[in-house]
Amino acid sequence: MEFLSHYLSIATESIFIQNILLSSFLGMCSFLAISKKVETSFGLGLAVIFVNGITVPANWMIRKYLLEPGALSWSNIESLQNIDLSFLTFITFIATIAAMVQLVEMVLDKFSPTLYQALGIFLPLIAVNCAILGSSLFMVERDYNLGESVVFGVSAGFGFFLAIITMAAIRYKLKYSNVPNGLKGLGIAMILTGLISMAYMSFSGINL
Amino acid sequence: MASKNLKVFSDPLITDNPITKQVLGICSALAVTVKVDTALVMTAALTFVLVFSNIIISLLRNLIPTKVRIIVFLTVIASLVILADQILKAYLFDISKQLSVFVGLIITNCIVMGRAEAFATQNGVKDSALDGLGNSFGYGVILILVAMFREILGSGTFLGFNVIPQAAYNAGYENMGLMLLAPGAFIVLGLIIWVQRTITGYTEE
Repeated sequence: MEFLSHYLSIATESIFIQNILLSSFLGMCSFLAISKKVETSFGLGLAVIFVNGITVPANWMIRKYLLEPGALSWSNIESLQNIDLSFLTFITFIATIAAMVQLVEMVLDKFSPTLYQALGIFLPLIAVNCAILGSSLFMVERDYNLGESVVFGVSAGFGFFLAIITMAAIRYKLKYSNVPNGLKGLGIAMILTGLISMAYMSFSGINL
Repeated sequence: MASKNLKVFSDPLITDNPITKQVLGICSALAVTVKVDTALVMTAALTFVLVFSNIIISLLRNLIPTKVRIIVFLTVIASLVILADQILKAYLFDISKQLSVFVGLIITNCIVMGRAEAFATQNGVKDSALDGLGNSFGYGVILILVAMFREILGSGTFLGFNVIPQAAYNAGYENMGLMLLAPGAFIVLGLIIWVQRTITGYTEE
């Protein structure tokens, strides 16, 4: 039970307390562009959960077995024992993400046309979503192991999902309110995000 | 010709600002603005990446096949970001620790990608370089404004020096803790956008 509660605490922390969007500001671009409609935000949110859950562990493995100092020691080749490729982290991570997104797109197209249609247009967008790359980089910085990185990937995606759905619902109501001219669109969206983020701050300090 | 060049450079500073008007690169604008010095370093890193990526992509613009252009852009940008990150780690280690993942996230910063796609693929090297410079300065202006408000209101300092006199604290003034946290960033940026759009008279539908 010990490790279960540990995973649970990582999950609550990355969904509510350290929400990837509301407290680390990642994925703002797509968040602002997509959150005008509830249906599309739902699609994008699902796609982020899905892709993040795959890419974070994939990048974990790449880092562990290819990039870390001494990571190539499994190869038993003398000259590769102490090599440190960690400066390649960024470029391999972004390549993995782009490749994974492509792969996910093809697999979905083949095996689950309904899901593909729901996520379809969002998948290419995701390759350049900073939330995805950001989660992988946070995974490196916080030194997660494989299990933790799976939990972190999925729950960071879920945090994004929750935030974007909330925002879309509020923006839907916003259509009927009288916003000052200069504040329309981006300005009011920023202030709203600030208020949502303030609401999420009430979760801080919760420890499971 | 000269005035056209000037326009390429000066438009993104105020009227066509990348953050407030084009809605690009918001993530990092919020995350690194707790203090002015991190905002300055971030602007410098972005300027480096954006100017060089614009130049390189503009040089290659007739060679890149349209179908794979995104991945080519990403490779160019990622290599430049690795350079910037290594330089920061070597010479400004403390600040690079504070910026944590956000230097790496310049790769997915929409400004770089957006300018590559919208400008550098269609214009010559000189204009692209100017466009890169203009856009990164426009980004920097907003970043430094946000950081200034947050640092002065949130911790009472500017670039690390105290600016709020001790007498004010004695009289009961307190730093606004909210400014240091995420909501402060969102709200300050929202208000700056409001001011900027009221001045330029731009309204979103």
